[in-house]
Amino acid sequence: MKRYVARRILSAVVVIWAAFTISFLLLYLLPADPIAIKLDAVEGGGRGGSGSVSMPPEQVAEIMARYGYDRPLIVQYFLALGRMLGGDLGTSITTGIEVRDSLVAALPQTLQLASVALLIGVLVGVLVGVLSNLVAFRWLRQLLQSLPPLAAAIPTFWFGLVLLQVFSFRLGWFPPWGNSGFASVVLPALTLSLPTAAVMAQVLSKSLREVLASPYIETARAKGASRLRVHLRHAFRNAMLPSLTVVGLTVGNLLAGSVVVETVYARDGLGRLTETAVDGQDTPVVLAVVVISAVVFALVNLLVDLLYPVVDPRIRRATTAVA
Amino acid sequence: MTLAEIAGATTAPADAPAASAPAAPPATTGRRRSRWRWFARRPGLLLSIGVLLLVVLWAVRPGWFTAADPLVGVPREKLSPPSAEHWFGTDSIGRDLFARVVHGAQYSLRAVAIALVLALVVGALLGLISGYLGGVVDNVIMRVVDVLLALPGLLISLILITALGFGTLNVAIAVGVSAVAAFARVMRSEVLRVRNAAYVEAAVKGGVRWWSVMGRHVLPNSYGSIMALGALEFGSAILSIAALSFLGFGAAPPAPEWGALVADGRNYLATAWWVTTLPGLVVIVVVIAANRIGRALDGEWRQAR
Repeated sequence: MKRYVARRILSAVVVIWAAFTISFLLLYLLPADPIAIKLDAVEGGGRGGSGSVSMPPEQVAEIMARYGYDRPLIVQYFLALGRMLGGDLGTSITTGIEVRDSLVAALPQTLQLASVALLIGVLVGVLVGVLSNLVAFRWLRQLLQSLPPLAAAIPTFWFGLVLLQVFSFRLGWFPPWGNSGFASVVLPALTLSLPTAAVMAQVLSKSLREVLASPYIETARAKGASRLRVHLRHAFRNAMLPSLTVVGLTVGNLLAGSVVVETVYARDGLGRLTETAVDGQDTPVVLAVVVISAVVFALVNLLVDLLYPVVDPRIRRATTAVA
Repeated sequence: MTLAEIAGATTAPADAPAASAPAAPPATTGRRRSRWRWFARRPGLLLSIGVLLLVVLWAVRPGWFTAADPLVGVPREKLSPPSAEHWFGTDSIGRDLFARVVHGAQYSLRAVAIALVLALVVGALLGLISGYLGGVVDNVIMRVVDVLLALPGLLISLILITALGFGTLNVAIAVGVSAVAAFARVMRSEVLRVRNAAYVEAAVKGGVRWWSVMGRHVLPNSYGSIMALGALEFGSAILSIAALSFLGFGAAPPAPEWGALVADGRNYLATAWWVTTLPGLVVIVVVIAANRIGRALDGEWRQAR
């Protein structure tokens, strides 16, 4: 058991490191020139016109040196890695604010949004997934089974805008934007939960169908267990495992989805921070966001991995045998 | 297939004749009849093919479907609701929304095509090399693929856009790169399956150089599932590209990219529902159609033959 845990922790650390390395290489190898963009912005020019900088070259070189862009790439990489390990995420190129400070301000908002969305997504997903097998009417089962693929085809930003239209502007039930209390998190969380719910329902429904075809279910039916009992007591527990994996994997998508959802609802948070950073080609901020997302993703998946043995005695026995 | 039928019931474009085109001339009349019956049993699939053909026509011949100008509006008619004259209504400066959606198809389709070709070619190449050479090369490539699969696609796309800048082409590249890992993974497993076949062994023992073996023997026998994956990825590529163009990273403003069209309506949510709702519905219908066709290519079609 101890070895199982140790190996999971190690692989979580590797994922974080690799995410940092890959995004560092992508961000710093590709021909972006954040300094030129910053200088353009200073001179009131539009974005991207990097050829029009009229600043004296010595001054440009000095600014490049201040941000460390004049060093060889490998040196920059190890410096950034070392700083990151020490908790220093650098400063934003466009605003000059410490990236750590903006992250600390933004992260709680997004974590709140993402966890409410995860809760809604799992609840709705499980409900639809179970009902699409449990319901005794064929037409209703088919209807329920056709919902998840439909939901998976809906663009989240569009869903968010439609919810806004109906519930904020038409009915006036929820505030249309901002971060003011629980009422303002309902619609964004609902929007963000849509893809999660769709995937959950699809995976659970499929694994339930498979489990329901297995011999031990036949036994349970033969000894006279009711339909409800067979589904919930016998089948559900075994069918749950793949969905648990999906919960872990979906967390990364929730964080990424917050970029779109927070833009739709004009909420402050990690997503908005990312959107602004990408807009200004603010590489240090984007890099920090990727690392933070990787950390959250790795932690949640570590938790899921540790939950497996708790949920499934078979895995428990296997891991203790290894350790 | 129930799903596509639901989608079809709400939109119902009358393009049934166009859908017979893919049932291309087979060898014998018997096979033709059985294939025709195979299609006839799947009205949802036929409808999906029709929808995609229609969108392709929108992209290449927008003039056939609308006479209105997608870029120049009539200020007098701004924000008028859907009518016989303007099927989707007009936007804030009086441009016909249907015309903008029709003309926008070319941006979306071009971006999707670039993204998919990029993902397919690079992913297949990586998977081929990884699976065929094995050893250290395989290990390195697959570890990178693992991490890319762990990171959400949207995040990878955003990293690339930060580095590359804005525009339809960059968005397409970003979406394509974010899908490379999945293709590499599938291709590798296919290659591993084919690599130990007798004809590959014969070629190697016969002294054929390794790149020739890969190109002549391994690749042609392993690209089936990667094409199916490509079909399945079509729908999600449309969604990703629309999301990035909604965020404003796509083509510059007057261009009627689908995501940008939805974004345009943000300021008129309370008064003009159609500006956001209708272009979004078009995206949904196209994605559903693409997914239906993808599933057909992935499973049913191969089983049927």
